[in-house]
Amino acid sequence: MDRVAPSAENQDHDRLSADRPGLDLDGRGDVLRLVACGRWVIAQANALEEIVAGVKPMTQSKAEIDLTALTGLDTVGAWLLYRLQTQLEKDEITVDFRFRDERQKRILAQIIKSNVACDIEPPEEPGLLKLIEEIGLATVSLVTNFGALLSFLGNVFARILDSILNPSRIRLNPLVHQMEVVGLRSLPIVGLISFLIGAVIVNQGAVQLRQFGAEILVVDMVSIGVLRELGVLLTSIIVAGRSGSAFAAQIGSMVMREEVAALKTLGISPIDVLVLPRFVAMALVLPLLTFFADVMGLLGGGLMAWVTLDIAPFQFLNRMGDLSLLSELYIGLIKSVFFAGVISISGCFQGLSAKGTAESLGQNTTTAVVESIFLVIVLDAFFAIFFTTIGW
Amino acid sequence: MPEDKSLKSNENAPDDDLVVSVRGLRNQFGSLVVHDGLDLDLRRGEILGVVGGSGTGKSVLLHSIIGLHKPNAGKIKVFGRDQAGLSRQEMKEARGEWGVLFQEGALFSSLTVAQNVQVPLREYFDLSPRLMKEIAAYKIAMVGLAAHAGPKYPSEISGGMKRRAGLARALALDPDLVFLDEPTAGLDPIGAAAFDEMILSLRDTLGLTVFLVTHDLDTLFTSCDRIAVLAEKKVIVTGTVDELLAYDHPWVKDYFHGPRSRAAQKARGR
Repeated sequence: MDRVAPSAENQDHDRLSADRPGLDLDGRGDVLRLVACGRWVIAQANALEEIVAGVKPMTQSKAEIDLTALTGLDTVGAWLLYRLQTQLEKDEITVDFRFRDERQKRILAQIIKSNVACDIEPPEEPGLLKLIEEIGLATVSLVTNFGALLSFLGNVFARILDSILNPSRIRLNPLVHQMEVVGLRSLPIVGLISFLIGAVIVNQGAVQLRQFGAEILVVDMVSIGVLRELGVLLTSIIVAGRSGSAFAAQIGSMVMREEVAALKTLGISPIDVLVLPRFVAMALVLPLLTFFADVMGLLGGGLMAWVTLDIAPFQFLNRMGDLSLLSELYIGLIKSVFFAGVISISGCFQGLSAKGTAESLGQNTTTAVVESIFLVIVLDAFFAIFFTTIGW
Repeated sequence: MPEDKSLKSNENAPDDDLVVSVRGLRNQFGSLVVHDGLDLDLRRGEILGVVGGSGTGKSVLLHSIIGLHKPNAGKIKVFGRDQAGLSRQEMKEARGEWGVLFQEGALFSSLTVAQNVQVPLREYFDLSPRLMKEIAAYKIAMVGLAAHAGPKYPSEISGGMKRRAGLARALALDPDLVFLDEPTAGLDPIGAAAFDEMILSLRDTLGLTVFLVTHDLDTLFTSCDRIAVLAEKKVIVTGTVDELLAYDHPWVKDYFHGPRSRAAQKARGR
């Protein structure tokens, strides 16, 4: 009798020798007898694979696989027995099984019935074709998305007009709620960041300006910089990350749970109840937040100037009074209204176009934030050129 | 059955036939007591149906047993092993001994069906690529899915197929015990009946023990050996369908003598 044994490496996994699977070959008679023993289970799969691969056909044209000595058999063991059978049959040896009980027979029958090859991954198209397909798909989705965005924008403005004509239809409760969530609750973070940035600008600017003995000019730098650009930009970016993403996620999950469909069937426009309160709240609140950020930025700059440059608060204010800062403040506030529109429209649009799977919701939320920050910065660049051209 | 592949026999276990035993389970969320002094036994090789009204804590019970929720008090033994105070390694080993089918299948959406089936195999064993592929293929066929479902993503297949794929993943490691959470909810009657049949046939072939949370009266009457009824914060009664039909408790009576139950019984020729 020969024993097909697994290599030493695979035997190390076996803790109990009774568990160790094996296959005894007896090639003396007319029938090749293969006696399986031990546990033929998934934990022993590697050893079993090796055993099965190690079986070499002999002279007999018939084989019998004897399972009566097995101490365990699961579907993986049965699968490997089946593999052994097909392997022997390839060498034109007919195979019979000797089962100990019904159970073994049933498992093997189940496995043979389940022998259907299947692919693990979807078929992949060749590289170039895939590239072309992807470019095509991206172009189509770009165009359709742009169209959808335009139609959404038109819809929103039509509803706004409608609301202005029938002010009684404006939903005050959600509007106030959104103003609280978007505006009031982001005061701390907006204030803190503006304060720090104002202080940093003064600190860093002073190092450069001191070389020319022109420390007092930091006041110009920080006040113009904060009022015209930084206050509104920082606020918009924070709010886009905070509330733009929340808009997309809230509305998107409502789409997923068919709440938006329910609204439509009740004859309620989702734009009225979901988009307008957010849009209007954002348009009202972002300028206020921007003003708050301006004040905090100047406060931070003033404090830093006092501490490190010995520019006393009244000097700081004096110098500010010499500048015509009102137009700077207006520029910042005008821009903030437009940025508010960009952020809320992009958040709500992405939310409403979510597709129903959790993955698409996450993707749309990301898109909403990235898109709105990108658009805010692009728009800011246009405004910079515009205001310089008209001489503000 | 000497060749039953399962139990690491545990001398401490008083009854080797008990696959799951729950004693004195207490679950509480704030002031809301869901379970109080709940006892439950699951015997080897049986299909136990767990029923109860909405909010009686069927899911909490399931989550307590499979370790997703830590109970406030009580002892839970699975395969004779106390589930409290397991080390991280022991916990992982325990997880490999049972499979769970969640409602709707809970397939990983970024993986194909076949890759989903391979996840536990990859996590627990270091198998050859050929064997991995073959195992995934026969498991998929075993739960009655066509081969072309293998390379599809969960979003591309129907609800019934998702349940089957979820079951294939639950059976990937050849567990002796499977937990099914409302496996037929939301399936059409034909799909649900086919699923019931498959559970029965797999139980007979693989020698599974099944813990089945369900609301489906047809499933209860066709598949379950015993039924446990959750009410009043505990299992008020466990027994066969006939025993429950004769049991005197308002909720049990409403449940098993209601119009839907009568229709389901009629269909079974009871």
